[in-house]
Amino acid sequence: MITELGHFALILSLMVAIVQMVVPMVGAHKRWPGWMAVAEPAANLQFLLIAFSFGALTWAFVTSDFSLLLVVENSHSAKPMLYKISGTWGNHEGSMLLWVLIVALFGAMAAWFGGNLPPGLRARVLSVQAAIGVAFLMFILFTSNPFLRLAVPPFDGQDLNPLLQDPGLAFHPPFLYLGYVGLSMAFSFAVAALIEGRVDAAWARWVRPWTLAAWIFLTIGIALGSWWAYYELGWGGFWFWDPVENASFMPWLLAAALLHSAIVVEKRESLKSWTILLAILAFGFSLIGTFIVRSGLLTSVHAFANDPERGVFILIILAVFTGGALVLYAMRAGAMEARGVFGVVSRESALVANNVILAVACFVVFIGTMWPMLAEMFFDRKLSVGAPFFNMAFTPFMVLLGLIMPIGAMLPWKRGRIGRVAWSLRYAFGLALALALLVWAMQTGRSALGPVGLFLGAWLVFGAAVDLWSRTGRGGGRLGRLTRLPRADWGKAVAHGGLGVTMFAIAGLTAWEEEDIRVAYVDQPFEVGAYTLTLDQVRRGEGPNYLTTMGHVVLERDGQFITELYPEKRDYPVARMPTTEAAIDNGFLRDVYVVIGDRQGDGGWTMRTYIKPFANWIWGGAILMAFGGALSLSDRRFRVAAGSRKSPRAAVPAE
Amino acid sequence: MSGFWRGWRGKTRPYVAALVAVLLAGPVMAVQPDEVLDDPVLEGRARELSKDLRCLVCRNESIDESNADLARDLRLLVRERLVEGDSDEEAVDFIVDRYGEYVLLRPTTGGANWLLWAAGPLMLLLAGGVGYGYLRGRARAPRLAEAGLSADEQERVRRILDE
Repeated sequence: MITELGHFALILSLMVAIVQMVVPMVGAHKRWPGWMAVAEPAANLQFLLIAFSFGALTWAFVTSDFSLLLVVENSHSAKPMLYKISGTWGNHEGSMLLWVLIVALFGAMAAWFGGNLPPGLRARVLSVQAAIGVAFLMFILFTSNPFLRLAVPPFDGQDLNPLLQDPGLAFHPPFLYLGYVGLSMAFSFAVAALIEGRVDAAWARWVRPWTLAAWIFLTIGIALGSWWAYYELGWGGFWFWDPVENASFMPWLLAAALLHSAIVVEKRESLKSWTILLAILAFGFSLIGTFIVRSGLLTSVHAFANDPERGVFILIILAVFTGGALVLYAMRAGAMEARGVFGVVSRESALVANNVILAVACFVVFIGTMWPMLAEMFFDRKLSVGAPFFNMAFTPFMVLLGLIMPIGAMLPWKRGRIGRVAWSLRYAFGLALALALLVWAMQTGRSALGPVGLFLGAWLVFGAAVDLWSRTGRGGGRLGRLTRLPRADWGKAVAHGGLGVTMFAIAGLTAWEEEDIRVAYVDQPFEVGAYTLTLDQVRRGEGPNYLTTMGHVVLERDGQFITELYPEKRDYPVARMPTTEAAIDNGFLRDVYVVIGDRQGDGGWTMRTYIKPFANWIWGGAILMAFGGALSLSDRRFRVAAGSRKSPRAAVPAE
Repeated sequence: MSGFWRGWRGKTRPYVAALVAVLLAGPVMAVQPDEVLDDPVLEGRARELSKDLRCLVCRNESIDESNADLARDLRLLVRERLVEGDSDEEAVDFIVDRYGEYVLLRPTTGGANWLLWAAGPLMLLLAGGVGYGYLRGRARAPRLAEAGLSADEQERVRRILDE
């Protein structure tokens, strides 16, 4: 019964979304306030209906309702409760439902917090947002219905893919979707602005928080996924340049560019049409990502090939939204005049450089991802583009970005002098260089990657610190003023420093990792780097829905006991799949990462041990970036909220 | 098994596909102790080569990372060639001859692939050129754009102030 209600609510939400798409848009065009006002209750209702529908599906998973096809295929009665709940979106249909839920959530949020938007703009934004909802609701109902029943329910389910039975599944997709879909707000604002033919500082002030929020969520989502792969994969890789990863990385790069270009629109009324274009492209790449993930087009090697019907449907959505928005852009962009005047050396131009680098970097990822398909279609060559290509072609752009960032971040608006900024950064530069040289001297005969990464990371972190310090003015009391700086200033410094931390960590981990592969015997210690490991015993056991082979490893350094590690090999009988569960000793400066393999004929066990320096710093840097974004967002929200509090007060005397 | 595939094939989790390919192949692990060559120099070269060669039955993994049986065969083949005195290039050519260009994770620069490799630098030049042109234009834009409000806007301000 609840299932049918959920299905019904989903159909109803499509109806509501269609109304929300058409009525406010017509109303905004004809300037009929009543029609425009339909948008808000419709957005709320649409959100409530989809939320109910999502709740109904979750209920079916929680209660293991095996009369539902989706539950049979992705769940099992013995599965732990956390994975029953997160299993709701651990599959195509359920994850699409989560996707539209978030589309509707953002629409509803625009209705809740949009009080101080001009009514016409608000109506148009909500209408475009509803159009996105309509497209994806139709996609779900016509090609991927999660509420299909079985005539004869089986006794039990086929279990969720064991790799997904991890807390990571509970958080990684929701964050990623909040990011992907958050960009739909920037898109809706861009299209609404194009229809209105008006882009000004107020518009940019409205778009920035939404983009910033989307970017924060994407950052967290990508970092969570990377961390999950790190501990689950069994050899500690954290980024593979897989098409599916690239699908999330491209919108991230463009969202980062959009964040920065929107600053120029807000403060200087320039870069307007470029910002609009970026907003369209950023969401366009979100849709491309959805297409890549769900069409199976780029992963045709295997049985992974998907239902072509779904791929075509998403391709149509992609073409209609991106293509339609770009046509609108071509028609209207000329009307947006830039007003700010600034020198070639200025904060504005630094932000243009930031945008150029980020957009080109995104283009490199894009062409690398699509090239195998293009080469096969046009040149009849079946080839691969893998991590070695991306590492070579993409990294230089990040190095370039890192080099100019501290300088650009300190350049004044309108007109600046490189010399003056460079002078104030001399200590940061010198310190970063000294650190890099020191490390280069200490490590003999290794790649230059480590020192170069250290230089870049230190340059970014110190540069951000100098930037912050320079804002406290001169004379006494600078420390006090430092704590009273606007949160946006702190946010910028923290986020830029976070990028430095991540850049350094990636270089450091790649350059200084140590690896050991061997057959280990019980009670025979072996050395990896500075550490001594002893396999104490290997036990077999049983988990809730798996069998396990668990090693007990004692980790020591210089005869000092550090910790005990329990690497596991699990076997999930229902899904008929083994997984490796690495044992990791997380340290501040390094991780010790131990994996146990098969038993050998002579009684030993295959063991792989890695010393991974600065591994946690990769995600630590990402957390800093997201935290910096959140700081900045809290600052903005305060200001936007302050503006909205003022307006009703101003309205009182007029009555 | 097919139901299982249908269930997870559409999911968005970026890494899973790669992971599954790893694990599908069975409980074998990437480089095995018995594969490792005694000569550390040769082994080092083999590892580097392995990172650029694709495991053909996996989604997007090098043979160095993959647990598939085929990846193991390829790793052994690379080592065999190196032990027999092949240079790095000869060993890679040997494998490309048998498995095709598809095996290379780092695409060659030959043929139309120059487009792929040059795409980034060319785009940077283009975008940099356009960006610089824009900046020059802004720097030379007439001052009056900044100087103040248009007549229309002044009229509006006057009306608002009068109210």
